[in-house]
Amino acid sequence: MRRIILVAAALILIGTAAFWGATRPEVVIAAELAGIEPDLARGEEVFWATGCASCHAGEEAEGDDKLVLSGGHRLETPFGAFVAPNISQDPVHGIGDWTTAEIVTAVMKGTSPDGGHYYPAFPYAAYGKAEVSDIVSLAAFLQTLPADATPSAPHELALPYSIRTGLGAWKRAFVTDDWAMPADTAEIERGRYLSEALAHCGECHTPRNAAGGLDTTRWFAGAPNPSGRGNIPNITPAELDWTEADIAAYLESGFTPEFDTAGGSMRAVIEGTSKLSDADRSAIAAYVKSVPPAE
Amino acid sequence: MRFTRPILSGLAGAAILATAATAQDVNPAVAARKAHMTLYAHNLGLLGGMARGNIEYDAETATAAAASLAALSKLDQSRYWPEGTDSDTLMETRALPDIWEDLPKVVEISGTLVSASDVLAAEAGNGLEALRASLGPVGQACGACHEDFRVSDD
Repeated sequence: MRRIILVAAALILIGTAAFWGATRPEVVIAAELAGIEPDLARGEEVFWATGCASCHAGEEAEGDDKLVLSGGHRLETPFGAFVAPNISQDPVHGIGDWTTAEIVTAVMKGTSPDGGHYYPAFPYAAYGKAEVSDIVSLAAFLQTLPADATPSAPHELALPYSIRTGLGAWKRAFVTDDWAMPADTAEIERGRYLSEALAHCGECHTPRNAAGGLDTTRWFAGAPNPSGRGNIPNITPAELDWTEADIAAYLESGFTPEFDTAGGSMRAVIEGTSKLSDADRSAIAAYVKSVPPAE
Repeated sequence: MRFTRPILSGLAGAAILATAATAQDVNPAVAARKAHMTLYAHNLGLLGGMARGNIEYDAETATAAAASLAALSKLDQSRYWPEGTDSDTLMETRALPDIWEDLPKVVEISGTLVSASDVLAAEAGNGLEALRASLGPVGQACGACHEDFRVSDD
């Protein structure tokens, strides 16, 4: 009997160690970034493409205030409300004392400097597909932005989602290096990089399964709006009949082909895409048009 | 299969009746403000078409459209927005109840639209670049209201 208990205890220990090993938070160490020179201009482009300000700028921010990343945007989900934290340069309430490796780790691996998992409301599943050099440049740009001492608000989650341990398993199940869509031309490939890795369009435009993972079989087919009433529209050819030029012009000006304007959280997205190059907006448009129709 | 046709025509008939009922039941204030938005879009369509190079620039028509837009932005809208005509109460509108909870903000944005439209009206005849530069702030004003006060599309 004693032997059985010992064996069982040993098995539990091994199992726990294996689970911990398989789901422990991944980090990027400084040595892995050695030799990657940040490019501030590129970092600013990445900042607008990744849409950091869409969630992390203060709620009423307009114009230059979009660069004050004091947080506060709420994402209402079936798991509870996520509140975007302060990521300004304040050393206490923001990320002012983080190293570049810590920022890259947070953005690409979803791991905090103290080694915990972030919730995937922070779209690291997308950002993890980015070029490391782009995120190093982004980190350098973030470090040029102002400090703001607004304390971060806690997320408002129900049990069991308020326990972060399970997130390692979530990451194993849903974070992948694979692209959601094929890319047949160089332009679509560029558009895919911008859309899937940086702009993370799928995080709102693709429906999720019961565990909160993106349903890649219904890529861009639309989903409930996490930031208020209504829905995030289906932007596959099943519903969106705009031309590539229409989409590119919308991403620049916010005007639809009917000269309505973008509303809801898409307005903040366009604040970012309006600052990209024409070539990048056209590439996103080519990629969006290449996605298969889905109802 | 033989039931398909009567069922389909029955459905079509029901759809027509439903459409007629909906058209009749649209709150007149909602109908009026939607018509107003349509007039904005009609004028913006010409100006935006020129800005995008889809319509050849012409100073006279651009000025006329921009003047119409500026005039529209100044019309009294107080009877467009009676209490109880929000998206929680009526099916036919995407106007969020937040409008009535934060009227000063709505009025402020509407003031931004008036000044941006006045600039556009003054600039639209001064060449394509002037038109392009002054169209952006008008779009910003439209978007500012649609960001916080309109239900996201589906």
